[in-house]
Amino acid sequence: MAVDSKTIFDRPVALRDVVTHYCPGCTHGVIHRLVSEALDELGLRERTCGVAPVGCSVLCYNYFDTDFMEAPHGRAPALATGFKRMRPEMIVFTYQGDGDLASIGMGEIVHAANRGEKFTTIFVNNAIYGMTGGQMAPTTLSGQITTTCPAGRDTSHTGQPIRVAELLSALVTPGYIERVAVHTPAHILNAKKAIRKAFTLQRDNKCYTLVEVLSTCPTNWGNTPGEAVEWLDENMIKYFPLGCYKDYVEPEGS
Amino acid sequence: MSQYEVTFAGFGGQGIMTAGQLLAYAGIEEDKQVAWIPSYGPEMRGGTAYCTVVISDIRIGSPIISNPQCACVFNRPSFDKFTPLVKSGGLVIVNSSLIDVTTDRTDVDEILVPANEIAMKAGNAKAANVAVLGAFIGATGVVSFDTIKRIIKVKMAHKKAVLEINYHMLDEGRKLALKTLGKKAKG
Amino acid sequence: MAKVLMKGNEAIAEAALRAGAEGYFCYPITPQTEVAEYLSKRMSEVGGMFLQGESELAVANMLFGAASTGKRVFTTSSSPGISLMQEAISYMAGAELPAVIINIMRGGPGLGGILPAQADYFQAVKGGGHGDYRTLVLAPSTVQEAVDLTMLCFHLAQKYRNPVMMIGDGMIGQMMEAVEFPESYEEPPLPSPDEWAATGARNRKARIIKSLFLDPVGLENNVLILEKKYQQMIREEVRCESYKISAKNKILIVAYGTMARICQTAIDELEADGVSVGLFRPISLYPFPEKEILREATRKNIKSVLTIEMSMAQMMEDVERAIQGRRPVHFYGRSGGIVPTPEEVKEQVHKLLSAKRHSSKKKS
Ligand SMILES: Cc1ncc(C[n+]2csc(CCOP(=O)(O)OP(=O)(O)O)c2C)c(N)n1
Ligand code: SF4
Repeated sequence: MAVDSKTIFDRPVALRDVVTHYCPGCTHGVIHRLVSEALDELGLRERTCGVAPVGCSVLCYNYFDTDFMEAPHGRAPALATGFKRMRPEMIVFTYQGDGDLASIGMGEIVHAANRGEKFTTIFVNNAIYGMTGGQMAPTTLSGQITTTCPAGRDTSHTGQPIRVAELLSALVTPGYIERVAVHTPAHILNAKKAIRKAFTLQRDNKCYTLVEVLSTCPTNWGNTPGEAVEWLDENMIKYFPLGCYKDYVEPEGS
Repeated sequence: MSQYEVTFAGFGGQGIMTAGQLLAYAGIEEDKQVAWIPSYGPEMRGGTAYCTVVISDIRIGSPIISNPQCACVFNRPSFDKFTPLVKSGGLVIVNSSLIDVTTDRTDVDEILVPANEIAMKAGNAKAANVAVLGAFIGATGVVSFDTIKRIIKVKMAHKKAVLEINYHMLDEGRKLALKTLGKKAKG
Repeated sequence: MAKVLMKGNEAIAEAALRAGAEGYFCYPITPQTEVAEYLSKRMSEVGGMFLQGESELAVANMLFGAASTGKRVFTTSSSPGISLMQEAISYMAGAELPAVIINIMRGGPGLGGILPAQADYFQAVKGGGHGDYRTLVLAPSTVQEAVDLTMLCFHLAQKYRNPVMMIGDGMIGQMMEAVEFPESYEEPPLPSPDEWAATGARNRKARIIKSLFLDPVGLENNVLILEKKYQQMIREEVRCESYKISAKNKILIVAYGTMARICQTAIDELEADGVSVGLFRPISLYPFPEKEILREATRKNIKSVLTIEMSMAQMMEDVERAIQGRRPVHFYGRSGGIVPTPEEVKEQVHKLLSAKRHSSKKKS
């Protein structure tokens, strides 16, 4: 009797079969996979253009099998705006770290969200600058040690960490903004739902969409992958609560 | 000696950069001109790390050293990359704990130092780099042992036990170097 | 003081403190981030201000504000970050503010790479921002010189009330050499910042620090005031060094920064082979040592000039301008973070010499 084999787990088509440069225990890779799965499931890969940030994920164009642009540091939302305005039929997403989005690129992201640009932002918040070797980010937690706050972040000098999902949700323009995490299987499933929802809303031409993903950086946090997951769970979620901060509501009379 | 150039190469975390810096400090201590030139860049993430130290009696020109007189290689990729670059008549010091080949070049001397094994035996796996440094100084005399000992004391070993281990590593490296080169001279 | 082994970036940071820097504003970027990391500890020890800004655009304008207080302030960055600073540099030049900006250059254009390059020569020397202005530009070739020139930058910024830049390639920032800091820091007397800084209109008229002049006559006047300072810089601030320049040289190499050191090694080796080549090293890139180059290049035996860069014939334009067509000027360079080796330099010299032999044979 022949055994029927059924594939129940495979690499998404939108994700290339290559080895990434990410450090062991870094969750950038998980997030890549979730984005790729969503694009596959919604059948969007062939009309998608991604925008890479400057940060550890600058090379993400080597991992996603979609068209891509590489933006200057922080400017991805501006490139995405220009692109999407000229080709509204395309699916556009920016993939940005916390330094890229919430520090140097704060101007661009606020205005893109406020104009209701119909692209999706995957915002990877790992509370540090990964690529440049562990400097303070706008999302670095109070007291957290980095190479530019070696005594721990002193919020009386640098302000409190920025909560991006909350900040952007204060804009009046309709949008969809949710914060998720990817450090446990249950969180990954939730994150997937949010990412898929964001791309669905974009596909239906509804609104600006942003999913903030809490992510690990064991290399620059100075811990093991296991410890990093615990650190995220114990420290980051407390300050960056998970959940939907702004849901899309159909305008009345439409 | 007017100028001596040595490259230390291995994985990040093997103490490559530190070995080079200790040597550079020793050079300054002996009133020589020194330059310590690191590899920097994306290849540092998990890849090979290397640094070159130039010690000279005169003003140092090029920090780009294509062909050093000596390469101290701590892992196989570094062996493959740097052994062919050593100047003819130069020296290769091989961490034989992690490299199971030897060079087929006949125009250079080769010293095998089972650095990881010596370090494990001495009770501090991290001190492997110092054994190689000991072999290098033993073979070349670029700086004196007294100087390097002083530098190690000031720069790394604040605990007596750690200091003893490092001195022991230096000595083991030196003995191996002298034995290897001495034998060669006789044969 | 005894010699210490220091990474270029850290030595620059320490030198700035020794020169009296009281404020430092930064944004991380490879290969200069060690300056920021060093000062994140040291600044608080000496009671100065360390602030990581949200972008280089912001940082440069923080510098603008900080310079307006009359205190000694500076920033460091690398190529893409320096591009973002051009707006504030132009405004500071227009408003006559002293500030020090240090660029540890990496390869471009765009995001480029992170390895050493000299490709921001045009940007630094020709004025990367808009308008009729110049920045004084210095280029060290050793870590010790990076220390000395960093300190000098602070003096010159105050002397001219103008942005002063130091440009070094990634190699200068990353390598360690022995450095010595002067026991005490002495500099020639300077006009007090109290004469021009915004310190509060107590017992004097209110001061406005600005670059807006809607009346064209007023704007031209401001530009002419700046121009006068640039002419003074040309008279007083040219700095250069020559190496093995002699009557025997057939070729004169012109190179700056790390590239000049590599040429030195090549020249030593060529000399050992009986080939005599001299090196001219500009230390100030603006003002450019035009007269000095012309003098050396037009020595009797010099047949041609070879400009060598870690960029694509940028400084060569200034060398050509200085030499005024009186000698042929050749170029060799590598880009993208690849640094020419002494071997490559020697090969270029040999090529030039044999080409000349051929051409002179033809003539005879
Ligand atoms: C204009 C400019 N400034 C600075 C840099 C240097 N830089 C590269 S990546 C980076 C920060 C990356 O941090 P983040 O966005 O948090 O992403 P991560 O690496 O943590 O994923 C910086 C400052 C640059 N490339 N360009
Ligand atoms: S440095 Fe941090 S963010 Fe970058 S790949 Fe490594 S773990 Fe991930």
